[in-house]
Amino acid sequence: MKKMLILTSALCGMGFAAQAQNKEVNVVSWGGAYEKSQVEAYNIPFAKETGIKVNMLAADNPATPLKAQVEAKNITGDVFDIEVSDAIRLCDEGALVEINPADLPAAPDGTPAADDFIPGALRECAVANIFWGTVIAFDKTKFGDNAPKTAADFFDTAKFPGKRGLPKNPKRTLYLALIADGVAPDAIYDTLDTPEGVDRAFAKLDTIKKDVVWWEAGAQPVQLLADGEVTMATGYNGRFFDAMVAEGKPFEIIWDGQYMDLDMFAIPKGSPNPEAAMQYLKYATDTQRLADQAKYIAYGPSRKSSAALVGLFQDGKTEMAPHMPTNPEHMKTAVMDDPEWWADHDAEMAERFNAWLAAN
Amino acid sequence: MSNPLDPHAAIVTEAAGLDQGGMLRTADGQPLAKALARSSRRARRRAFFLVLPLLAFVLLTFVLPIGQMLMRSVKNDGFSAYMPQLSAWFEANPDVTEPDDAAWAALAADLEASAKDRTIGIVGTRINYEIPGTRSLFTSAGRKARGGIEPPYREAMLDMDEEWGDPKLWGVMRQASDPYTANFYLAAMDRTRDEAGNIVLAPEEQRIYLHLFLRTFWLSLIITGTTFLLGFPIAHLLATLPMRQSNLLMILVLLPFWTSLLVRTTAWMVLLQQQGVVNDVFVWLGLIGDGQRLQMIYNQTGTIIAMTHILLPFMILPLYSVMRTINPSYVRAARSLGATSWTAFRRIYFPQTLPGLGAGALLVFILAVGYYITPALVGGSSGQLISNLIAMHMTQTLNWSMAAALAAMLLGGVLILYWVYDRLVGIDNLKLG
Repeated sequence: MKKMLILTSALCGMGFAAQAQNKEVNVVSWGGAYEKSQVEAYNIPFAKETGIKVNMLAADNPATPLKAQVEAKNITGDVFDIEVSDAIRLCDEGALVEINPADLPAAPDGTPAADDFIPGALRECAVANIFWGTVIAFDKTKFGDNAPKTAADFFDTAKFPGKRGLPKNPKRTLYLALIADGVAPDAIYDTLDTPEGVDRAFAKLDTIKKDVVWWEAGAQPVQLLADGEVTMATGYNGRFFDAMVAEGKPFEIIWDGQYMDLDMFAIPKGSPNPEAAMQYLKYATDTQRLADQAKYIAYGPSRKSSAALVGLFQDGKTEMAPHMPTNPEHMKTAVMDDPEWWADHDAEMAERFNAWLAAN
Repeated sequence: MSNPLDPHAAIVTEAAGLDQGGMLRTADGQPLAKALARSSRRARRRAFFLVLPLLAFVLLTFVLPIGQMLMRSVKNDGFSAYMPQLSAWFEANPDVTEPDDAAWAALAADLEASAKDRTIGIVGTRINYEIPGTRSLFTSAGRKARGGIEPPYREAMLDMDEEWGDPKLWGVMRQASDPYTANFYLAAMDRTRDEAGNIVLAPEEQRIYLHLFLRTFWLSLIITGTTFLLGFPIAHLLATLPMRQSNLLMILVLLPFWTSLLVRTTAWMVLLQQQGVVNDVFVWLGLIGDGQRLQMIYNQTGTIIAMTHILLPFMILPLYSVMRTINPSYVRAARSLGATSWTAFRRIYFPQTLPGLGAGALLVFILAVGYYITPALVGGSSGQLISNLIAMHMTQTLNWSMAAALAAMLLGGVLILYWVYDRLVGIDNLKLG
């Protein structure tokens, strides 16, 4: 009873303390399982340690409300979880607070943050939290012993019959066509930079155009595979992992030619709680927090020092390391996203891609 | 003087008094017409105050944002606002095509300033809309310019990147130095400007918008037609059946209407996909082999089926409300005068349903033209509508000027059709319920 009393008063005290500070931070993220992993790994411990309340808001793509709020000069979010190309673009437009790598917490062994983050994960105005991969997954029951292994197999409908699921956008289709056509992963963007390279990618896509089921939302490829509507699909590795491990679906992932993207935290200039926002950003991207997130979702931490701390999935038995896009084995043929290239060309490619889709 | 025998005159005289000029006055001596006008003005003002909240609401949440959005389609000051010196040079030298030293100096100074303010991205993005690939030209020049650019500026800039000497780039910068531009509308019509500034067709592999506008209007027409074909008999049944049965039928119509759009769209995916219920039944019945399952979704067919279902209530409800009011004795009279049932329907019944049909068709068509989520999910490649590209420009490429231009054209198309409809059918004949 006495213990209870102490606990209650301690809790009350904490409540008052939090109220006295009356601090909060508004984080805009992507919703779904991804948001849940951030709530578990970042928000709950952050609120406990600092007394700052974290309000999590979901958006289809947080860059859209961010741009809208900047344009309207009425910023309500403090921290936004956005893609690299958007982070670079908005940074160049002067909408984001610059972040000095020296301010970020060092790794437990003392390595400064600038060296600890995987190259590309630190930008002028944004800090990456996770790496995620767009990968091919297939239904094991459909192919038996003759399982597909490479990106080229995805385009081989004679040897591996069945429909294919692909996202309805140029960014996550053109690279795959080029990989399957024999272009080296690190030469993808040099190839796309030439008109012939773009033609080559579309020509390769032409070979399976009639067999493609186009998807729009991240949940769709998993559903298409589960329904047997397609035999192979590309999608986000975390979603496939969830279907395979949490739901026991007979899928397998082909890591060859995975497309690696980053998600980043950025703080807009003029946010309502700039100090709390920076505090949250530093906390959420420290070594332990990034490793913790992997417990809830199969996305790779952006710090090298986090890799060793990644343990088991929340089910307590699945080793996470083999499912991470950042696993060295999976990085061998990975295509790194080139946000600068896409910032320059996404409208042009989107128009061409849609024109290509519309032409039958 | 008034006739003392006329009771009305007597009342008026007593109540208001009639002066020499014969003008009616109220008890306090005011002219009656004036008093009446004042009181009706007061009533009007009161009525206006009652609708004021709605008016403010519509203004704030509808007219203002839409106006702002439409403004974006013609105004983009991304270049002119952040490159002031160069914009001034363009204005001062309207005919000079070859940039002189002053122009190069202005460019270098503007680049330096906007790189310091971190607005260089906005400038680059604006030019990138016209020449894809130039955004990084600006941002990388900005990074180098932060340390300052030394004269001679022309050589310094060309040293950074040869592309700075491209006459096409200078032509586009000249156009962009005016914040008002029609270029987004040109792009929305698959047109572009060549180096001399003439309007030409966009390269073939970039042409997409006109095609999608046509497809959007065409599919919307088809969907309006199918909702009519399916909805008319149902509405008739609803209007003529005894109350108890028609109520039950009504619930069947309304139940899907109350169900979430996403649920209904997903339900069609489950039904129509190749491994779906409908194909399973066909295979089980032996109508088709297991290898020849029909492709009924993720294409135009899927879009038409799903959207017809979703928009059906918007056709049925106005039709039903009009049919309820049609007196059955007209048709009976026609039959008794010797009309066949077809003639009675065609000449007596159908014309009376036109107000409901007009309202339903207009509703369905306008909703279909702007439909977004269903074609995005079930449309595949051939069932995409123009709204999907508007959404893409809003959320993906963040080119809101382009999205605004496309949306304005869609709005314009609908308004034109509305006008045509008004001329052909007459908007007074519309009956929504």
